[in-house]
Amino acid sequence: MQINELETKARQVRRLIVQMLEKAGSGHPGGSLSSADIMSVLFFHVLRHDARRPRDPNRDRFHLSKGHCCPVWYAVLSECGYFPQEELWNLRRLGAMLQGHPDTHVPGVDVASGSLGQGLSVALGMSLAAKIDARTYRVYCLLGDGEIQEGNVWEAAMAAAHYRCDNLCAVLDYNGFQIDGRVEEVMNIEPIADKWRAFGWHTVVVDGHSIQQLVDAFAKVKGVGGKPSMIIAKTVKGKAVSFMEHVVDFHGRVPTKEEAARALQELSDER
Amino acid sequence: MSGESVYQREVYGKTLVELGRENKNIVVLDADLSGSTRTALFAREFPERFFNFGVAEQNMMAAAAGLASCGKIVFASTFAMFATGRAWDQVRNCICYSNMDVKIVATHAGITVGPDGATHQALEDIALMRVIPNMRVFVPADGPQTRDAVMAALHLPGPVYIRLGRDKVPSHAHPAAFVPGVAETMADGTDIAVFACGIMVRHALEARQTLLQEGIQCAVINIHTIKPIDQAAIILAVQRVKGVVICEEHSVIGGLGGAVEEVLAGCGYPVKIARIGVHSRFGQSGSPADLLKEYRLAPADIAVEARQLLTS
Repeated sequence: MQINELETKARQVRRLIVQMLEKAGSGHPGGSLSSADIMSVLFFHVLRHDARRPRDPNRDRFHLSKGHCCPVWYAVLSECGYFPQEELWNLRRLGAMLQGHPDTHVPGVDVASGSLGQGLSVALGMSLAAKIDARTYRVYCLLGDGEIQEGNVWEAAMAAAHYRCDNLCAVLDYNGFQIDGRVEEVMNIEPIADKWRAFGWHTVVVDGHSIQQLVDAFAKVKGVGGKPSMIIAKTVKGKAVSFMEHVVDFHGRVPTKEEAARALQELSDER
Repeated sequence: MSGESVYQREVYGKTLVELGRENKNIVVLDADLSGSTRTALFAREFPERFFNFGVAEQNMMAAAAGLASCGKIVFASTFAMFATGRAWDQVRNCICYSNMDVKIVATHAGITVGPDGATHQALEDIALMRVIPNMRVFVPADGPQTRDAVMAALHLPGPVYIRLGRDKVPSHAHPAAFVPGVAETMADGTDIAVFACGIMVRHALEARQTLLQEGIQCAVINIHTIKPIDQAAIILAVQRVKGVVICEEHSVIGGLGGAVEEVLAGCGYPVKIARIGVHSRFGQSGSPADLLKEYRLAPADIAVEARQLLTS
């Protein structure tokens, strides 16, 4: 997909996030919006996958480690045709396929996610399985910045480097906020690029809202051999909805009906 | 009554090698204890299908789910304390919630870990695993049953927890083949029914011999599958006797005793119950034999409870 097409897709993904969360009445808009560009580039450009064959053993794998931001995952999966868009409007309802945190009832979701800090390990397992079977699929994993305060993440980081998982690419959605406030105030994670490099990862830092930079970064890290790659994507929490940007409250508060209408106006293709 | 003494974990390691030859989909994981758990035997034979995670059990369990999601049948091993305690969240949320084909075979369970003391004596692992949906729990009584349990786990889709000890255990003459979820009646009796698992099956059989000389007839039922538990066998057994003794090398809270009492509480049949197990205490250092005495897990302690049930 071309850069401008991906930008249009990302706007559509953001509209779906706002709509499904407003309808659901609860959920996590901030981190879903901050990762919308990353996820659009991944699902509409980078990943080799086919919604008609969600169990294809050779498909590229994606795992969302920050499971609470599943609205963005649900949005891209439905846009790719994994399930009908109508499912989005049942998010978080009793009996719905789309749970508040993702599980394997959703086509395209291979392992449940939600308890933070575990997803990179899951992705590591997928990467090791490819090595055993000499398959060429790649594994992508999206992590949150608050999430990497979990010790389990660093266990996975150490192991992925140890086992030279060059088919594994992690992305850090570095929006700078977690529920209790600014990441640097709650529990500082800096110097974060140095940490990943010290753990043996090929590490690059990009603007997580520049489609071009993301496209280039994913293309480049594909060629890195002998070690896993980390793309640190600097993002803005609540990105592209003016009154949600940088507002910690929108980590876990959904827009009201009026706020959603305003947001959709801002996210319109005809602005 | 009993045959050759073997390490259950040695049997486990050898069984893995045997299964690994037939089934190329089997992958084995360990967390720096492969020498103790004997997964090292598999590692030597199939290094490309073995991964040592170092001292990082949480990573191992979540990665096990990732491997299983790609079609692998994963055996993940470490000590029972760390497999179930340290990595419980990963076992629940990554493995069990997604119903992954991961078999957790944990060794060094129970008080008979011995001199290492309380931090290494898992007395809560059955409770921790049994409470999770989709999880099955096997506690084989000896070496041959360990082999059968591992084989059975391989053929059951979804997660399984298998609890093994550290010490050698004598092998029993098993009257029945190991069938998951079907209790094994080791001996009949009309006065007392003893429900036991793991090494306590042997203790129950020894207590039975003592009591026989006093004219007390004990049935001994090996509940090798704690989940799903054999409700029918339990209800049938209690209807024939005057009292029940439940024996486990585990906390009396939430383990075999808890599971049996949940069945009995629901069946409406009144029966007196005595509990042999660890009564909300931590373990401590000592020889296995001394610890079994200190925590009242020895055959003599079972006999005391049985007599008391018949006289009270």
